[in-house]
Amino acid sequence: MTLTIGYYPGCSGAGTSVEYDQSTRAVCARLGVTLRDVPDWSCCGSTPAHTVNHVLSAALSARNLELAAQAGLEVVTTPCPSCLANLRIAGHKMEQPAFRDDVRALLETECETLAETKSTLQVMVEEVGLDEVQARVTKPLAGLRVACYYGCIMNRPPEVMQFDDPEHPMAMDNLLTACGAEVVPFPLKVECCGAAAGMPRKDIVAELSGRLLDTAAGLGVDAIATACPLCQMNLDLRQGQANAARGTRHAIPVFYFTQLMGLAMGLSAREVGLSKLVVNPKPCLERAGLL
Amino acid sequence: MSARTGVLTEGRELRIVGFLCNWCSYGGADTAGVARFEQPTDLRIIRVPCSGRIDPLFIMRALVSGADGVLVSGCHPRDCHYAEGNYYARRRLELLKQFLPITGIDPQRFEYTWVSASEGARWQDVVTKFTNRIHDLGPAPRMQGGSGYDELCLKQIEEGVKQGAACPCHKERAL
Amino acid sequence: MRIGVFVCHCGSNIAATVDCPSVAEAAKLFPDVVFATDTMYACSEPGQDGIIQAIKEHRLDGCVVASCSPRMHEPTFRRALERAGLNRYMLEMANIREHVSWIGKNKELNTGKATELVRIAAEKLRLNTPLFANQFDVTKRVLVIGGGVAGIQAALDCADAGIQVIMVERETSIGGKMAKLDKTFPTVDCSSCILGPKMVDVAQHPNITLYAASEVEEISGYVGNFDVKVRRKATYVNWASCTGCGLCMEKCPSKKSHDAFNEGVATTTAINIPFPQAIPKKAAINPEFCMKLQKGKCGVCAKVCPTKCIDFEQQDTIVSEKVGAIVAATGYDLFDWTVYGQYGAGRYPDVVTSLQYERMMNASGPTSGHIQRPSDGREPKRVVFIQCVGSRDKSVNRPYCSGFCCMYTAKQAVLTKDHIPDSDSYVFYMDIRSPGKGYDEFTRRAQEQYGVQYVRGRVSMVYPKGDVLVVRGADTLAGTQVEVEADLVVLAVGVEASKGAAHLAEKLRISYDQYGFFMESHPKLKPVETNTAGVYLAGCSQGPKDIPTSVGQGSAAAAKVLTLFAKDKLESDPQVSSVNQNRCVGCLKCTMTCPFGAIKDVKDRAGNTKAEVIETVCQGCGICTVTCPHGAIQLQHFTDNQILAEVNALCQPELEF
Repeated sequence: MTLTIGYYPGCSGAGTSVEYDQSTRAVCARLGVTLRDVPDWSCCGSTPAHTVNHVLSAALSARNLELAAQAGLEVVTTPCPSCLANLRIAGHKMEQPAFRDDVRALLETECETLAETKSTLQVMVEEVGLDEVQARVTKPLAGLRVACYYGCIMNRPPEVMQFDDPEHPMAMDNLLTACGAEVVPFPLKVECCGAAAGMPRKDIVAELSGRLLDTAAGLGVDAIATACPLCQMNLDLRQGQANAARGTRHAIPVFYFTQLMGLAMGLSAREVGLSKLVVNPKPCLERAGLL
Repeated sequence: MSARTGVLTEGRELRIVGFLCNWCSYGGADTAGVARFEQPTDLRIIRVPCSGRIDPLFIMRALVSGADGVLVSGCHPRDCHYAEGNYYARRRLELLKQFLPITGIDPQRFEYTWVSASEGARWQDVVTKFTNRIHDLGPAPRMQGGSGYDELCLKQIEEGVKQGAACPCHKERAL
Repeated sequence: MRIGVFVCHCGSNIAATVDCPSVAEAAKLFPDVVFATDTMYACSEPGQDGIIQAIKEHRLDGCVVASCSPRMHEPTFRRALERAGLNRYMLEMANIREHVSWIGKNKELNTGKATELVRIAAEKLRLNTPLFANQFDVTKRVLVIGGGVAGIQAALDCADAGIQVIMVERETSIGGKMAKLDKTFPTVDCSSCILGPKMVDVAQHPNITLYAASEVEEISGYVGNFDVKVRRKATYVNWASCTGCGLCMEKCPSKKSHDAFNEGVATTTAINIPFPQAIPKKAAINPEFCMKLQKGKCGVCAKVCPTKCIDFEQQDTIVSEKVGAIVAATGYDLFDWTVYGQYGAGRYPDVVTSLQYERMMNASGPTSGHIQRPSDGREPKRVVFIQCVGSRDKSVNRPYCSGFCCMYTAKQAVLTKDHIPDSDSYVFYMDIRSPGKGYDEFTRRAQEQYGVQYVRGRVSMVYPKGDVLVVRGADTLAGTQVEVEADLVVLAVGVEASKGAAHLAEKLRISYDQYGFFMESHPKLKPVETNTAGVYLAGCSQGPKDIPTSVGQGSAAAAKVLTLFAKDKLESDPQVSSVNQNRCVGCLKCTMTCPFGAIKDVKDRAGNTKAEVIETVCQGCGICTVTCPHGAIQLQHFTDNQILAEVNALCQPELEF
């Protein structure tokens, strides 16, 4: 497989979720997908930008998409759903000439051509393909019961994202099934984890993430797979807080789906950055014979 | 400026002629009226039984005689009261649209569309957009008397003839 | 020519934004106009009398009435002209209400526009000629499309009046959706007990020919003389000899066939009679599941059939029928509820549709009327009903209210309590819409007497937790979130036009709206007529309706058919094409473009080929007029000269010399 694609790590990928970035790069390398970083990429604006000013938010994203296009990249992939949302919404809104003019005024460039954005999940399913993934699996995740948790914005709003089902997505389920895992039908796969409320209102995150953990535990899973740095942080880093607030004793490791894919493809724990996880994944991986 | 229609109401009305089939688009315009969907007032509607009844020459006559715009509307393809009248209309009208530039008439001044009897809101949208378009284009250039060419045009033809680029009839007139 | 102009105020409908007297004043200056006035209500009795009087007094040859749309009142004013002794086609209307006063507020511009519309009407009128109708025979037979309760009612009313009825039903039995219901609101009487006898009447009525498992293939012709082709789909059973004994159903080994009648709640056999009261009670094979038809092996039914009526070689056949009128009663289908992924429909077996629940409660249904959870067969103790699934929801392009879901949900909640006395029911609703005789009392009773919990709010999601379903939603009255753990969730799925309705509308040449519902001629005054003469509507094909309204409309459509058939001969519309034989060069391009085959070629005395219009077949579209290279064939009342006169009235070349 030879595929070259633009890559936008996002600031989480350079900070709180280095293991997501690291495992994504490693898995892509294993799959023969060449990731070319968007040259001189800057922040997409994240939540603060679009809550304050849509034009500013779009301008930040448009700058990155234009840089990618200038570098000859038609498609840019990003692992982070928040970056994805910003980049795609910018692309969507820039189709309106009046809005594009506002953005141009801010950027002082033409924004002639913008690259298209796809989530890493979408690239895996649509560009690489489940068959190709399955063919690369050397250590099937057999015996690992996984709940796939997509988070609330991976596929929303559907008219912008144009991928998978907004209420009942199956992309990650299918990917990890291809990697040999036993994927359980997780009913809360697009529910809110509490998102950024973790800063001002820990109690909300504890409650919302706690429900997700309860439900996953009720299904008897060994692990949860996520595709979003913030979801992963709330479920993993704050699992102790949720336990403390709700009197539960969960110890469910929360992986990025790319980490699990990497393990299935024979990458080492170090290569996929397992040491960065808070809830110790070792026991469950050992039980499943993966370490 | 009327906020809803976005048309200069204090400005001069332009001459817009509409040819509407009785069964769908005339009904759609009625539906828009019953629902009080406000529209610019420029359009004058001529009712015909079917869009297939519209002779392209009617449209030419209107445009040549001073209409600033002509709008034709019929039933959606496949939904014709006369089974296939709008298919004939579609072919004739598309040909006319292609042909207009040759006559020197801006094809932007002519449009055809499909509006069913239930689509009042769509009719409002069609009328508003078309009227705005015609207002953006401004009044149609008047037909001139005499040779049918103005000074500038004649000069251009003369230039062309000198360079051997104009056709014989123009050559004759210009020389 | 002496023309009179009458400008209607329509109360304040027109006069509020159009200066009617000044329109009349301006009209006096138009060519040939000898009289012009404004009138309060032109269509009222004094208004019409005023027109008649003016015609007599001023010896008028024709009138322009500037008022509402000609689609509304053209027939009214034409009759008025006839009463005054003028030909009905000496009338022109200027639509200054729908096209002027109701869509613009600027009185000055409106008045100018109204004046010009009167002007073009007057210019056209100057070229009008009196036209006279021909008479033609009527085939006094009616086609009823759809055998639901609306179609049954229309068919029985017509048949009782002595009219031959052809009923075409897509499924293998008539009865429609009502046959699937357990009870009906608000009286909670048994659905099949009130519908059953009517279905039997259809089967036994000497005036009704029933084609079940059939669809309308093609329709041609016009009011009074439609030619209909009906496709009788292969059922692989010779119905002439099938007695409906059901032996084949007992022996058929393919027991996992989709059971459409039971909405997929259970499975059935590949050869089946959909339900015990089916009319006609004949077996049919579902070829998708038949082993003989799929794999060539089996044929058990053929072996056990006592009358040897199984025919695996059977093909579709086409039958032709001549009718004079058509009633379209194609009913509705449920909205595709699986688009609501958040409710888990289609994924969780214990989330069912209202119609599936109806089958589960029905004594003749697959569970013999015992409510059981599809997942484990357990009796549910807590049932949650979610209303407006596919109704009043712009996000799924169904902004309309389906009308009867509030009522059937209340009925189902009441029946749940009757079936399972120790059960609780919850209803998530947006508004309770219960206008109708005894309807609101019924929803009240559900709440007060049966203790059904009504929660005002939308449900955000349904998800499984253990073996129950958690229904999470908002209670907007209490301003909180609520979660209810339910054993069974019933979605009150909204209705949409029957599958293929739009396609049928195109065959019938009637209009339909963006949701596929057929358009009535006038939403208030002509609710069962269409704009195509001789085609009438009944039931949900026109829009969502409950049973009483559907039955009422079925009877109304029948009344319209009988009115049409009360005359032995119909008058043809004289607004048809006619050929000027002197101009015709016999190229016959018109015969090639005419959609109705209404133009034939004849030889004149010199043996030259000429076109000739068959007046009763011509529908008056005017395609031929545009096609003719010589202007020899002209559509009466819409001639080239008349339309050009209108164009000229609007556009006068301003030549500058």
